[in-house]
Amino acid sequence: MIDPSLFSLRFLRVWERNLVVYKKIWKVNFLTPLLEPLFYILAFGLGFSGLIGNVKYGGVDLSYTEFIAPALIATAVMWNAFFETTYASFVRMYYQKTFDGMLATPLSLEEIIIAEIAWSATKSVGAATIMLTVLGLMGFVQFPVGLLLIPLAFFGGLAFGAIGMFFTGIIPTIDMFNLPIFLFITPMFLFSGTFFPVSNLPVWAQPVALAFPLYHLAELARLFSIGTNEISPIISIGYLTAFFLFFTNLALGAMRKRLIQ
Amino acid sequence: MLYGFSPPTRGKLHIFGMNINTHFRRIKARIGVCQQENTLDPDLSVEQNLHVFAGYFLIPKKEAAERTRELLDFFALSHKKDSKVMELSGGMARRLILARSLINRPELLILDEPTTGLDPQSRHQVWEKLEELKKTGLTVVITTHYMEEASRLCDRLVIMDHGEILVDGSPEDLIDRYAGKNIIEIEGPDQALIEYVKEHAIEHDDLGRRLILYEPEGKGLNNTIRERFCNEKCIYRNSTLEDVFLRLTGRELRE
Repeated sequence: MIDPSLFSLRFLRVWERNLVVYKKIWKVNFLTPLLEPLFYILAFGLGFSGLIGNVKYGGVDLSYTEFIAPALIATAVMWNAFFETTYASFVRMYYQKTFDGMLATPLSLEEIIIAEIAWSATKSVGAATIMLTVLGLMGFVQFPVGLLLIPLAFFGGLAFGAIGMFFTGIIPTIDMFNLPIFLFITPMFLFSGTFFPVSNLPVWAQPVALAFPLYHLAELARLFSIGTNEISPIISIGYLTAFFLFFTNLALGAMRKRLIQ
Repeated sequence: MLYGFSPPTRGKLHIFGMNINTHFRRIKARIGVCQQENTLDPDLSVEQNLHVFAGYFLIPKKEAAERTRELLDFFALSHKKDSKVMELSGGMARRLILARSLINRPELLILDEPTTGLDPQSRHQVWEKLEELKKTGLTVVITTHYMEEASRLCDRLVIMDHGEILVDGSPEDLIDRYAGKNIIEIEGPDQALIEYVKEHAIEHDDLGRRLILYEPEGKGLNNTIRERFCNEKCIYRNSTLEDVFLRLTGRELRE
């Protein structure tokens, strides 16, 4: 078990550092979450839905765009947090030696890593909030319950940020992030009940989808935006919490091994 | 190890009377570290580098702004405060790292090869700043491969090789003890000279093509050599710390 004295609120200062940097580039960063849902809704809603008609989900009949809209927020949460603690954190750690500089101060390595994960979840919140606004205006999200998507984005971001940080701790070179993205993130993006209900999968494949954290995040996102879901939210919240704690623990171990000689 | 980067493998390490393993936060709050690598934050401006770093020490924002201003001033970087770190020259970057290591008003400053890779002007500027800091009573621990730097800055110095302390003393003391007062370097020494040296038991290093003699003060060796043995090229000079270092650690390459 990790010594609790290694954790303090000092981690907020590292989080703040990332915020200072982000403030310089937010104008570019905010375009993606603004445009991304529009593209998907246009492509799938207009181009695709004519081919497939309505989707049966959680006992309700939904138009295809209604079905995917909440999942788009969930996937944005995943991409934002995962990219932040993989590519962005790796650049800070490996190329910029930012963590080395921080380690010369009273900060502990654990605080730096926790701050990076918390920051990645913050970026997820930023993206989710913009998407929520766009999708809300288009009528795909019910309010005020839809506002719960904002804390949900942070919660989900923690889980994906943690596993990203774990990969950063073990990956030898930056190119090798292709591997977890291709083998883990992409299948998850496609098969987590995001673009079609998990119940459409063959029976043997369904438990695999249930093991994906994105499935649980998409479930919770649907519950909060359209009030329908397939499995108990308690299970989803429990699963994501366990996922976050498990990978944070692994990430801390991997980073300690990597950075402390 | 001193600033808690690598945990001690054996033994105990105490700074300010506190164990680095158990009190790393309290120790690090009171030391300044200037790492050998450039660990400045390239995502931040010059000013922000100091300001954000102050945050890691939990220095209040107002106080941090004040110290940032003072340090930029002291290190002649005020005109660059909004520049990107990447745009700084080597000397300026080094000064900024030094400034950053002083943001918490440390009682102990640890410098790891602070002038490696700098041009002579920048190096002298860094030395002047370090001398000014020394005058204020700040304790500075410096590691360096430059003997000139060590002689100029150190009151007490330790020569280490393969993790062992070889000698310990003031620069002058070490030179006196291990390299005499003067050095005579003779290129292409002849047999007569070698015999003369052996006969008179003069301290020397025989490098084949080059013979180095270490002369204690006032032996008049200088003149004898000049008159009798200087065939090709002879250099007469004062002993330096570099001679001490090479004598103690040997001349073979360390790779």
